[in-house]
Amino acid sequence: MTAQARRRLAWLAALAVLAVAPLVLGTYASATLSRILAFALFAASLDLLVGVTGLPSLGHGAYFGTGAYAAGWVAIHVTRSGPVTLVAAAVAGAVVAAIAGSVAVRARGVFFLMLTLAVGEIVEQIAQSWQSVTGGSDGLYSIPSTELAGISLGDVRWFCWYALGVFAAGMAVLRCIGGAPLGQTLRGIRDNEPRMRALGYRTYHYKLAAFVIAGAIAGVAGGLLAAQQRLVTPADLGFASSVPVLLAVIIGGEATWWGPCLGAAIVVILRDVLGPSLGGHGSLVLGVVFVAVVFLLPGGLARIRIGAGAGPARGTVR
Amino acid sequence: MTAAGDAVLACTGLVRTFGALRAVDGVDLALPAGARDALIGPNGAGKSTLFQLLTGGLAPSAGKVWLDGRDVTRLSDARRARLGIGQTFQHSSLFLSMTAADNVALAAERTLGRPWSPVPRRPPALGARVDQLLGDVDLLDRRDTPAAALSHGERRQLEVAVALAPAPRVLLLDEPAAGLSPAETARLVALIQRLPPEITLLFVEHDLDLVFRLATRVTVLHLGKVLVSGTPDEVRDSAEVQEAYLGTGRRADLFLPAAPAAPEPA
Repeated sequence: MTAQARRRLAWLAALAVLAVAPLVLGTYASATLSRILAFALFAASLDLLVGVTGLPSLGHGAYFGTGAYAAGWVAIHVTRSGPVTLVAAAVAGAVVAAIAGSVAVRARGVFFLMLTLAVGEIVEQIAQSWQSVTGGSDGLYSIPSTELAGISLGDVRWFCWYALGVFAAGMAVLRCIGGAPLGQTLRGIRDNEPRMRALGYRTYHYKLAAFVIAGAIAGVAGGLLAAQQRLVTPADLGFASSVPVLLAVIIGGEATWWGPCLGAAIVVILRDVLGPSLGGHGSLVLGVVFVAVVFLLPGGLARIRIGAGAGPARGTVR
Repeated sequence: MTAAGDAVLACTGLVRTFGALRAVDGVDLALPAGARDALIGPNGAGKSTLFQLLTGGLAPSAGKVWLDGRDVTRLSDARRARLGIGQTFQHSSLFLSMTAADNVALAAERTLGRPWSPVPRRPPALGARVDQLLGDVDLLDRRDTPAAALSHGERRQLEVAVALAPAPRVLLLDEPAAGLSPAETARLVALIQRLPPEITLLFVEHDLDLVFRLATRVTVLHLGKVLVSGTPDEVRDSAEVQEAYLGTGRRADLFLPAAPAAPEPA
């Protein structure tokens, strides 16, 4: 069996386990699984920037949160149809990413990091103060339950399957781009941008494209979270959202698609599930896990290899 | 501008200052189609800076760069590359996480493939072109080796294949033979001699033997200025060049040191 076939089989097996999970899990665990799926898609979209293109963004929550607000607003004011809210979320995420990215991708390294951080803060401020649309610091609440083809997804189990479908579709798009010439072009920019320019690639356009695609998919993930929580607050799009997702990517392993998903699961479980029973010290544990991974498993959890068959190495030079 | 009239690549009055240092100080250069020009000079003469000014990696403080008679001074490096300028770098500049074949494929993708395609499918012509280029630089057997695992010499060879992949009309090589063994240098020379005659070539090189074997014209740069520009024989006989390299006190022969049977190029 080729490595590619093995990988495809592993993905199918994982999806099958996830599809069966809601039948076994209780209500709370199924709801948590839906949140993990939304967060995993969010982390995978960030990985397109961090791992594939080499752009470490510290403001990715802005596009996730914008998508969440857009989906929530559409669900309250226009329609409860799931696909419509998600398309609105994708468009909103892409538009904000296009505006922010047109400035941010001109910068490099720390400057890029700081610009993306500033974008996240600005978008959070807008969410706080644009009372008539966003509900201000209260956020958007009483979002109605999602409908798919006339069927209400109010039941946690049904919603979990819906979340799994959206997650799988989003991952398929990301993996397709990653394996396509576009993904290879972005990896070239990550490895050696001056060389790409010397070869005639206008790297600005490609980086902006990566930014917009990642923003759109983060928006979809945000739309999924809005439908699950039935509530969107400014905390979903600021620093409090951007940092955990970057941690998820690094803990899981950048430039591998399933690593960030695993990282997202760890972050959600530590923060939302174990956090309350740890007396609010969830983020402390998360910090310890992060430090441990950075020191013990450089490259993230996805770099652990059981037995032979090492995967493609991530270059050390960007 | 007459100097730029019939040249493929030219520059006029090119100046680049770094603070008080005039690294390139009023350089005029014109490469006719199919030229085999070498640029030599002592360390710090401004060779690499001049290269970057020509390729667009640096913006000049004054002066102009011309490509096919068109003023490209304000165009970015990527735009100039699209107009047909190719280059290799002094220090190998590759995509280290990718295999040798992927390095070349990425370089050829822009002109032969569809670098924007979000669907994983590649035109078969691209694979054939990659194999041909790898064959040209004797790296076909290292096709699937990661660039990071190649030896220094192999990286220099790959560097040339990557530079050739987009089919440039003008090729600028920055010290292509740096750090190569004699056997590797010989292979590089053969490769450069096999290049299509219509490609215009400018190279910086410290290996003067190689310079005199490949170049039909040699330009000597010293302290940012053109000291001498002429045929290899004229440059070899120039007293000024000897002085720039060795200083006035030294009487040693620069180009034929204790090798009476050194081969003379035609």
